[in-house]
Amino acid sequence: MSLVAERVSVELAGRRIVEDASFSLARGEVVGLLGPNGAGKSTLMRAIAGHLPHSGSASLDGADLATLSALERARLVAHLPQARVIAWPLSVRNVVGLGRMPWRSFARGFSENDRAICAEAMELMDVGDLADRPATELSGGEQARVLIARAVAQDTPVLIADEPASGLDPAHQMTMMAALRRLATKDRAILVSLHDLTLAARWCDRVVLMRDGRIAADGPPAAILTPECLQSVFGIVAHIDHDRGGMILAPTGLTGDTPP
Amino acid sequence: MSQSRLNLLLCLLVLALFLASMLIGPARLGPLDSLRALVAGGDEATMIIMREIRLPRAILALAVGFGLGLCGAVLQGFLRNPLAEPGIIGVSAAASFGAVLVFYSGLAGAAFYALPAGALAGAALSVVILLAIAARHGSTLTLILSGVALTSLAGALTSLVLNLSPNPFASYEIIFWLLGSVKDRSMNDVWIALPLMLAGWALLVFSGRALDAFSLGEEAAAGLGVDMRRTRLLVIAGVALSVGAGTAVTGAIGFVGLVVPHLVRPLTDRMPGSLLLPSGLGGAALLLAADIAVRIIVPGKELNVGVVTALIGAPFFLWLIVRSRREIF
Repeated sequence: MSLVAERVSVELAGRRIVEDASFSLARGEVVGLLGPNGAGKSTLMRAIAGHLPHSGSASLDGADLATLSALERARLVAHLPQARVIAWPLSVRNVVGLGRMPWRSFARGFSENDRAICAEAMELMDVGDLADRPATELSGGEQARVLIARAVAQDTPVLIADEPASGLDPAHQMTMMAALRRLATKDRAILVSLHDLTLAARWCDRVVLMRDGRIAADGPPAAILTPECLQSVFGIVAHIDHDRGGMILAPTGLTGDTPP
Repeated sequence: MSQSRLNLLLCLLVLALFLASMLIGPARLGPLDSLRALVAGGDEATMIIMREIRLPRAILALAVGFGLGLCGAVLQGFLRNPLAEPGIIGVSAAASFGAVLVFYSGLAGAAFYALPAGALAGAALSVVILLAIAARHGSTLTLILSGVALTSLAGALTSLVLNLSPNPFASYEIIFWLLGSVKDRSMNDVWIALPLMLAGWALLVFSGRALDAFSLGEEAAAGLGVDMRRTRLLVIAGVALSVGAGTAVTGAIGFVGLVVPHLVRPLTDRMPGSLLLPSGLGGAALLLAADIAVRIIVPGKELNVGVVTALIGAPFFLWLIVRSRREIF
């Protein structure tokens, strides 16, 4: 067993952003969180990561995450926020090294183990060659990979990544998803929000679909990403095909449009 | 350059400037005589000049400079903003106002720590207001504009108190409080300010690790296990203690905390945490140097050291704004 969210609701400035969201996330699993803009994906992720007050509960192996200290939580859940902030021209190595912070005691340098984990995380996200470059001088896609390498270096059983693939070129989108899959085989649970339906369908074990703050569907991609579902949740018509690697979903029009 | 080597070099620089500050002054004393008088006593006039005029002056320049450099580095790291600085964001002006209020309401005589307490309260209040306005959605523009508003308000209130004061010379003192100085201080001033400043520095150095995490934004920092409320408290209390206690005895000295972090940052790995000590040492060196400069440039009629730091700092500030316009705004 692993992460279980039970009836999580979040209210921000008097508005219900997430309502009664329940789902689970097992170790070894990559779960895609899908939904249109404003469906509450980021808010749900932030609530589970402990950054927002919420009702309901999110627990890991039976321990309620909200009752843990920030440090204890940081050793269990790594969260990659959607906003990509790198404030100073820090080297890529130093940015990734920040992921080791929950594991290092005060004023202690990096151990061999810390260094090995950072090197592995950089390799996984294909930023090893950039290690000595200032992260602020990299392209947006490269920065995205550096920041997720930081979250990977946190070395937690649960990784929550908010749109890590947006802004990446197709090759690196697939590298990223393959890397997340490889992390999952190391007994980690991965929750990743995505906008690319094909990417979600081919690389995730399960998808959770959100609409208007509620979870609209939850299950294997092939069972969930049906024409009816795409129409009701996203308001789109898509061409759905299959090949050896899985599903291909190409949006072709909006619901109500006559096909071209 | 490695971190420890940089710190060592800066320590040596501070030490050299401290010595120079002890040896340079209107009274023409031989360097050996003056050092002997300082340590062992001897000729009474020399001893008084060394122990009661130059020593407190040099200690205050060092300590206040260290505090300003440190606070600049902490505020820049905390707000992820290269233009943050106690003088610019209004903390020094508010501390001045607090001190002036205590001084001219007659409360200063009531207790040894009444004067710094007033300055501390002013500084703390201004940091709390600033964080409330600028920490969460901290755009550079919001921060600077709130700082301008706070500085003007505190400056106006300071002038008001001085104008209402029954002391006929009070209005001349506006200059002192708004453009501070370390001259004619006594060891008494050192004992008032130094313990509080030391406490403030300890709190600030303790926040260094959290500041590293803040480079990736508040949310990522929280996700790395940083206790937000604790960090905010450390920064508020630390800045209030260092700037408040310093301002209580020297008046507001601007721009040191802005210039120094920018000068030392390229020599570090640019992590906000590893910038703290070099920035403090750099601040101490800069203020000692500026205070030596005011004695040399116009020997008969000494400038306030705050004038010199503003003359160096304000053009630098403008240059930073021009340079960073495309990056920040």
